[in-house]
Amino acid sequence: MPRSSAARLFQMASLVVAAACAPTTTGRDSGPAACEFPALGQDVAARYAEGVAADYARVLTLAQAMKTAVDGFVAAPSANGLEAARTAWLTARLAYGETEVFRFYGGPIDDETSGVEGQVNAWPMDEAYVDYVEGSATAGIINDANNQITGASLLALNEQGGEENVATGWHAIEFLLWGQDQSAVGPGARPFTDYVTAAGGTATNADRRRQYLGVVTEQLIVDLTALRDAWAPGAAYRTSFLADSKVAVGRMLRGMGALGGAELAGERMSVAYEEKEQEDEHSCFSDNTHNDIISNARGIQNVWLGRYSDGTSGVGLKALVSARNEALANRLDGEIAASMTAVNVIPPPFDQAILGEDSATGRTSIRAAIEALRTQTDTLVEAATAVCIQLSVEVE
Amino acid sequence: MKPARGILGLVLLVGCTTQSDPPPPEESGEELSGGALTVFDETRDAYSRPAPNLRSDFDIQNRFFVGNSFFNQNWVTAPSTTEGRDGLGPTFNATSCSACHFKDGRGAPPTLETEEFLGLLLRISVPGVDAHGGPRGVPGYGGQLNHRSILGVPAEVRTRVTQQLQGGAYDDGTPYELAAPVYALSEPAFGAFPPDMMVSPRVAPAVFGLGLLEALPESVIVAGADPDDADGDGISGRVNRVWDPELGAETLGRFGWKANQPSLLAQNTGAFLGDMGITSTLQPDENCPAGQDACAVALHGGMPEIDDSKIEAVTFYTRILAVPGRRHWEEQRVVDGKAHFSELGCARCHTPQWTTSATADVPELQNQHIRPYTDLLLHDLGDGLADGRPDFLATGSEWRTPPLWGIGLVQTVNRHTRFLHDGRARSLAEAILWHGGEAAASRDRFRALSSAQRGELLAFLESL
Repeated sequence: MPRSSAARLFQMASLVVAAACAPTTTGRDSGPAACEFPALGQDVAARYAEGVAADYARVLTLAQAMKTAVDGFVAAPSANGLEAARTAWLTARLAYGETEVFRFYGGPIDDETSGVEGQVNAWPMDEAYVDYVEGSATAGIINDANNQITGASLLALNEQGGEENVATGWHAIEFLLWGQDQSAVGPGARPFTDYVTAAGGTATNADRRRQYLGVVTEQLIVDLTALRDAWAPGAAYRTSFLADSKVAVGRMLRGMGALGGAELAGERMSVAYEEKEQEDEHSCFSDNTHNDIISNARGIQNVWLGRYSDGTSGVGLKALVSARNEALANRLDGEIAASMTAVNVIPPPFDQAILGEDSATGRTSIRAAIEALRTQTDTLVEAATAVCIQLSVEVE
Repeated sequence: MKPARGILGLVLLVGCTTQSDPPPPEESGEELSGGALTVFDETRDAYSRPAPNLRSDFDIQNRFFVGNSFFNQNWVTAPSTTEGRDGLGPTFNATSCSACHFKDGRGAPPTLETEEFLGLLLRISVPGVDAHGGPRGVPGYGGQLNHRSILGVPAEVRTRVTQQLQGGAYDDGTPYELAAPVYALSEPAFGAFPPDMMVSPRVAPAVFGLGLLEALPESVIVAGADPDDADGDGISGRVNRVWDPELGAETLGRFGWKANQPSLLAQNTGAFLGDMGITSTLQPDENCPAGQDACAVALHGGMPEIDDSKIEAVTFYTRILAVPGRRHWEEQRVVDGKAHFSELGCARCHTPQWTTSATADVPELQNQHIRPYTDLLLHDLGDGLADGRPDFLATGSEWRTPPLWGIGLVQTVNRHTRFLHDGRARSLAEAILWHGGEAAASRDRFRALSSAQRGELLAFLESL
């Protein structure tokens, strides 16, 4: 059956779970007359909750290692210390990317009132709001002694901007570690001496910069701790999540569809592909965007397979769909695997891969990955239907 | 194999109960507010959906996402590594389109006096006209107050709004209260405001369905005008004629609260500059009126700051966002409310149906039978709503009839029920009660309805 444009685009986006009752047939709706949600759904949801808790715990552990490295660097700035902090950031970031599939349904990460996504992962980063940039040596909070540098004051400054957050989170730390990316071939090259106050220092307010890096890293630990705790066994959110396994599975699907379609294939890849903006990429200071994409796609596959960082095996959505329609489950399994292959062959750095003629290797590989993710998201909607969940979309 | 999705391409929430036979719809297909660009979505994303008839094409779909991205993402201070998104300000009202048009929806005035404006802005002018016949800017401040600025550049002003309550009563004795806004401007950064300054508050309208309004043939809109009330019905719709920077000529005004914008491209480039400080080919100069020296020397984010392909993508996005379909349109009380809407004379300006041009630029928008409930004309709504600030041909008491489609979902999407040009009405009933001028007779007929009839009319509006 040819896919209609509407269905395709909707499926790229995200999903709305239908009412919890069994669908009935009405004039406009010709959905299945009776569809019973598989009992296995309870195990699938439980395994997911366990996995989310494990994955956030892993990110927290790795972020704590990053904090240790940052603290060491801040106490005695050195080239080796900066390199250690960068390496720790890259490692922790990879783990964080796999948790982004836990977004898009108003869970602890992006609950409308208490969600921390905006202060953890805000993008784009308003560098000049934080520190000096080329052409403006005294820009930013770091160079403005009127601004206090504490976790609370930075979060307050975030809110001052109105709707977005620009002063904290992964990309603020990334900017402080790498600096602006002025290089066509490599990442930003901030010298460690930006953190040196005495002779040899390369930027003013090194003391405030050290303070800022420490505070903003600590704030990330606070936020990640809250996420881990919200998903811990017995925690209120986890309990409420598991109260209705059909709703829970709907949320899992929504996260997968929204991340794979509108977010990853749409905002994070197709925009950069179309605009060819060298720095129109998420981890633009560190040139780590290719890894962001891989870890996001892997996060989707994790939920599909029930594979999380705790290493234990359990049932994923694949098992649930397979129970109803094995051929469909196998097709989607293959498509998700194909997406993984496709994102893995995008040649880094991403900001170079988007450039050139459409026939260039980088661009053909990105296009193939976008199309693979769209195909996968199309099929995900079919898979949802197979387990009695109607998926719709939003494109924010 | 997917389940069949019905004629609309998408099935959403499914009812829990089987309805008894509904009465036949009064009008076939009336639930399709946007024709083939209708979506049935009652969630927070009701205004954010692409047209169901959007072409299945890699590049076109990407274009939607590019537009969506530049509508949603923040602009940042220049210079920045994110070169494609820097150049905010130097002065501005918001850092992204979506800040005010949240979820592609409608803005609102602040609820607390101490709250900063977001989704509400103040246009200003002094008597006279500019070179193109539009409002004449205020010396030192220009045509719009920017209450925010990048670091190192002063913001123009501090803005506050409070409410003055006034009582009234329906004919059956039921009392109501209306809240008139009172604006306070303080800390003018570039000298005292001139005593003859005129101020026009405007909230951000929803942005879906706009491509369909743009695709209405000019001749048909103009044909609806009755400037001298030749038919003697007390209603004299007038067209606005405004400057189109793209054509370099005067043309029909369609968008904005006073129909002061000719096209979505002009509207969008105007908002990029006026609201966010982002220059474009059509609006190439930073918004730094004479005397704002720090503004004038601040670093910019390129010339222009948003390039043509991006502004075209944003414009495509605003053209192709789908219109929410109706809910409960077959219910008797909604059908009755629709009858009241007509009987009261509301439909004389809030024209229910139109058909878009067969030759619209975007194929998806061609030949669509739509139900926006607007005539896109200017009407005098009386002193109560007047801003006293002319805008091209619009007088200080004229407003363009706003479309009503999707209005019943404002609360769902934007978590408020603030209506009219400045968001003063706190409910749809208050919005009706504020109508005066040409609409005074209709408002009086509304006040004369029984409580049940008023409820039916409001149920109809909620179903849009």
